[in-house]
Amino acid sequence: MLHIVACIKQVPDTKIIKMNPKTNTMDRASAPAILNPYDAHAVEEAVRLKKRYGGTVSVLTMGPPPAVKAIKKCIEIGADEGYMISDRAFAGADTLATSYALTKAIEKISQIQPVDLIICGKMTIDGDTGQVGPGIARRLDMPPLTSVKKVKEINVEEGYAIVHRKLEDGYEVIQSTMPFLMSVEKEINDVPYSSMTNMLKAARYQPVIWAVADLEDVERTQLGLKGSPTIVSKVWAPTKPSGGEMLEGDAAEQTEKLLNLLLEKKELFAVKGGSDVEH
Amino acid sequence: MSIEDYSGVWVFIEVKDGEVVPVSLELLGAGKELSDKRGTELAGVLIGENVTHLADTLYEYGADTVYVYDDTIFKNYRTESYMKALLECCQKHKPEVILYGATSTGKDLASAVATDLPTGLTADSTILDIEEDTGLLLASRPAFGGNIMATILCKKYRPQMATVRPKVMRALTPEPGRTGQLIEETASIKEEDIRTKVLEIVQFTTQKVRIDEADIVVAGGKGLGSEKGFQVIHDLAETLGGAVGASRDVVEAGWVEHHHQVGQTGLTVTPKIYFAIGISGAIQHIVGMQNSGLIIAINNDPEAPIFQSSHYGIVGDAFEIVPLLIQQFKQAFNKEVVDHV
Repeated sequence: MLHIVACIKQVPDTKIIKMNPKTNTMDRASAPAILNPYDAHAVEEAVRLKKRYGGTVSVLTMGPPPAVKAIKKCIEIGADEGYMISDRAFAGADTLATSYALTKAIEKISQIQPVDLIICGKMTIDGDTGQVGPGIARRLDMPPLTSVKKVKEINVEEGYAIVHRKLEDGYEVIQSTMPFLMSVEKEINDVPYSSMTNMLKAARYQPVIWAVADLEDVERTQLGLKGSPTIVSKVWAPTKPSGGEMLEGDAAEQTEKLLNLLLEKKELFAVKGGSDVEH
Repeated sequence: MSIEDYSGVWVFIEVKDGEVVPVSLELLGAGKELSDKRGTELAGVLIGENVTHLADTLYEYGADTVYVYDDTIFKNYRTESYMKALLECCQKHKPEVILYGATSTGKDLASAVATDLPTGLTADSTILDIEEDTGLLLASRPAFGGNIMATILCKKYRPQMATVRPKVMRALTPEPGRTGQLIEETASIKEEDIRTKVLEIVQFTTQKVRIDEADIVVAGGKGLGSEKGFQVIHDLAETLGGAVGASRDVVEAGWVEHHHQVGQTGLTVTPKIYFAIGISGAIQHIVGMQNSGLIIAINNDPEAPIFQSSHYGIVGDAFEIVPLLIQQFKQAFNKEVVDHV
């Protein structure tokens, strides 16, 4: 029986968010708070592994009280338990301080039931770093396996797993002892629509919520802004390019003008044979 | 230990198939500017099996010193072994800055090293600078999905570390015969301490042109309507001998695989010619292609932001324009070939 912990985060949907051009801050009202899309795949993978090998799926998040909604979303996907750490002392944490706080929470969860596997999404769409997962792994002295796109096998009895780790031009097959932490790519699975049973369960579900005082052996200097080596010193809007020349006319005239541009660079086409139609 | 005791700019040198990967050479170029400003040395940290001879390449691209860990244990990248070597090297020689390519290997390694040291780590930087007098690294990066740029500092910890996107920095022109100092190191890690094994490495062979290495990228967006509509992108790419790129929406819709995705959560590309067809031009996409040599946008919406980021724009129906272009290109190109004969 596996105990899998998936670490998740509630994020603003950065695909549609508007920025305040004067302050360069996010207009949070412009974007709904959602479960980080990569994390949905992490939870789904945990649920699938539970179905394959038996066990329990716990999800963990750090965030303000409204982040309970993201945990409920994970219950809809099929998670069994939800834990949230929420405290002003966590505010302003960078990736190092975040991995510290989540590690303390995982240590507490381990006391309830030892953890065999931790799964994180590849990264969050607001922070875009992918650094928290490996950070947790190092703090718990587990091997970190990033960019995982497939779990080939878990051998619960012998305590090892074989996964496929994505590379720029292929993948590698890695065997790791358990417990370990993996951060997963989107392509690892498709997250299906939730079942009515799970949705009903999620609607009623209340996660366990811990403040700093509920965690053990916490060095407060390692939390939040105080525990963060990095700070944001300056924020600015990316410069808006001014645009180029429009090729006017009817379709034939437009393509003719374009063709003449391409022919100026004909050396690029001279020796090309291959194409990338593989998909 | 005070932060003044740390000096020098280091680049983690990634090796693939016996060669230094391009981003590591790009980072030597970027690192050279930083080390010149500080009046310190630029070093490469080279880890692998049978890699020592690559130091010569690193000198030619700007490294003054190369720290090398050459051992069978480093045959394949594994977090635990590489991390241990780099941690020991840091503790011994105390660099002020370490740069890593934002590749799957570089990001994995940097995250682990940052946690163990501990120190601050800035992800996916696109602009680097350093304060001449204080040595404070100014690492800037797109944040919130590319909606803003942010400069990240790490004031109280050393080394200061950043991963840097491939294809953003420029490698120096190699200086043949330039030499430097080789420092051979050995790491204390033993095979039995490592909990992972690389069983196999599988390389895609069907992918003929990698989009981040192609001279020509033809990218399509959701404006093409469907996977069937997206076929015009494949057709044009094949005609021009380019690689197929895609916006995030297209990848999320499953029309093409993730390794075609250009942008904040995909790849950064800098081809000589970039076609953006049916791509509206969200900032997340722009950050991944804005440094391309020639950007050509085709979109039926004259207000599409992509035109702001293009050198040339065509307002029109892609399904009319692209087939016409393919036809004209084939004709013209055959003629050109004939002309040369």
